[in-house]
Amino acid sequence: MIPRHQTILFIVLLITSVVMGVVLWQLRERAHQRLVAGQDSAPTRAPEVAPAEQATLFVANDADSSLLAQIQSLPLPQDPGARARAVLGKLFDLYAAPDAAHPVPGGAGSVAQVFLLPAQTPNTGPDTGLGTGLDTRADTRLNRGSRTSKSTQSNPGQTNSSQSGPELAVVNLTGSFAASHPSGLETETLTLLSICATLHANLPRVTQVRFLVDGQQRATLAGHADLTRTYLAAEAVPSEGAHP
Amino acid sequence: MPSKLEIRRFSAAFSQASRICLHLCALAACAAALQLAAAQAPIAPAAPQPRFVVVLDAAHGGDDPGGRLSNGQTEKSITLALSVRLRSLLAARGIQVVTTREFDAAVDLNRRAELANHAYAAACLSLHATESGSGVHIFVSALAPAQPARFAAWKTAQAAWVTRSLALAGVLNSALLHAGFNVTLGRAALPTVDSMACPAVAVEVAPEFASGRDSGQAPSAGLDDPGYQARVAGALAAALLEWRTDAWRMEAARP
Repeated sequence: MIPRHQTILFIVLLITSVVMGVVLWQLRERAHQRLVAGQDSAPTRAPEVAPAEQATLFVANDADSSLLAQIQSLPLPQDPGARARAVLGKLFDLYAAPDAAHPVPGGAGSVAQVFLLPAQTPNTGPDTGLGTGLDTRADTRLNRGSRTSKSTQSNPGQTNSSQSGPELAVVNLTGSFAASHPSGLETETLTLLSICATLHANLPRVTQVRFLVDGQQRATLAGHADLTRTYLAAEAVPSEGAHP
Repeated sequence: MPSKLEIRRFSAAFSQASRICLHLCALAACAAALQLAAAQAPIAPAAPQPRFVVVLDAAHGGDDPGGRLSNGQTEKSITLALSVRLRSLLAARGIQVVTTREFDAAVDLNRRAELANHAYAAACLSLHATESGSGVHIFVSALAPAQPARFAAWKTAQAAWVTRSLALAGVLNSALLHAGFNVTLGRAALPTVDSMACPAVAVEVAPEFASGRDSGQAPSAGLDDPGYQARVAGALAAALLEWRTDAWRMEAARP
């Protein structure tokens, strides 16, 4: 038998709980109304979908150590940095495909950021840690490669290229990409050269390229290719008919 | 008191003894001169051979395994095996060899270049191995050629030697092609090679595919195949012998 005073106490607590729940619900509704009234949530600008454009990708091939130019159609933003990232993302998607001629896992997410900075003239400017004058001729027209058809004039982002100075692209790769990259002098060099050539083909103002991994400078990509140097992007583009 | 006759006899005997001594001295001098001439005769016409040192840099080692190969081996073990084979072949042909490592030990990249530069090497080979591609890949530093300077920057010391390195790569390419290898030539930025002040080349050995890498077939010779390693080492040794002959020829032609 439950004592009478305990029954009364239980009923009082139950009623209090219900009342408090109702009050809380009303307070929440009032706060929501106040929030909705304070801002205009009506869409003012439709989300933009960048139009598909043609981009030239220099795709590496391990079998014959060549860079092969491929024309791909993909949505490209107008902002040069975002454009560079989109192009490289597409390039890395090709490398991550199961039947890739230059297999590198990771895909588009392997490029964290691409920063574009004014390029320093080699050996003339002060040493800022980036343009150190240790420029590397990335001219690795590998012996049996260089199959290319240059058709890089289709990007609207290139129209202003002659009006501005040369740019240095700082490509920030993810640590997982570097960790999973196949180790080898040839394969690492091909990856770096394809990045340089692709950037220069789609953003001609980019004349120099440097690499970071997770925002930090790193000695090599996967134990071989030097990542501490500045690569000359134009030298990476294989010239037409450059067969030995 | 000695008589005049005794004095005359004594002086005659003394003069004869003096004459004999003079004859003996002349004979000894002639013999010494002949001996000296005989000793110098074979050295004079032959000029001493110039010093020829080859540096073999087996890449990676210790806690740096390099690339992981498909058969469970590591790049560091393949490069060491190739270095040992090549060293033996070169030593057997009378070439002085300096190796950056003789066992599984970690050697700093700068230390490797230091060893090469201290040796005043006539050729430096940085040995690598990879699963990608096929045959042998030869890489020369991607630095732009530069004039030799009294003081060279450490990270671009190779710039003054790029032209000679390209010539060395050409000799290696010819020998490897002659031995039937699929050879790829290229330029690359490799920290060790870029700091070497000598004709330097990176040699990367890949598996051999009889019908091309794209055929999807298994390699005809894997990286751990002793016969394949011996063939590669033999071709490299032949190339270095030719390089030595060229070096001596250039030395002889120098005024």
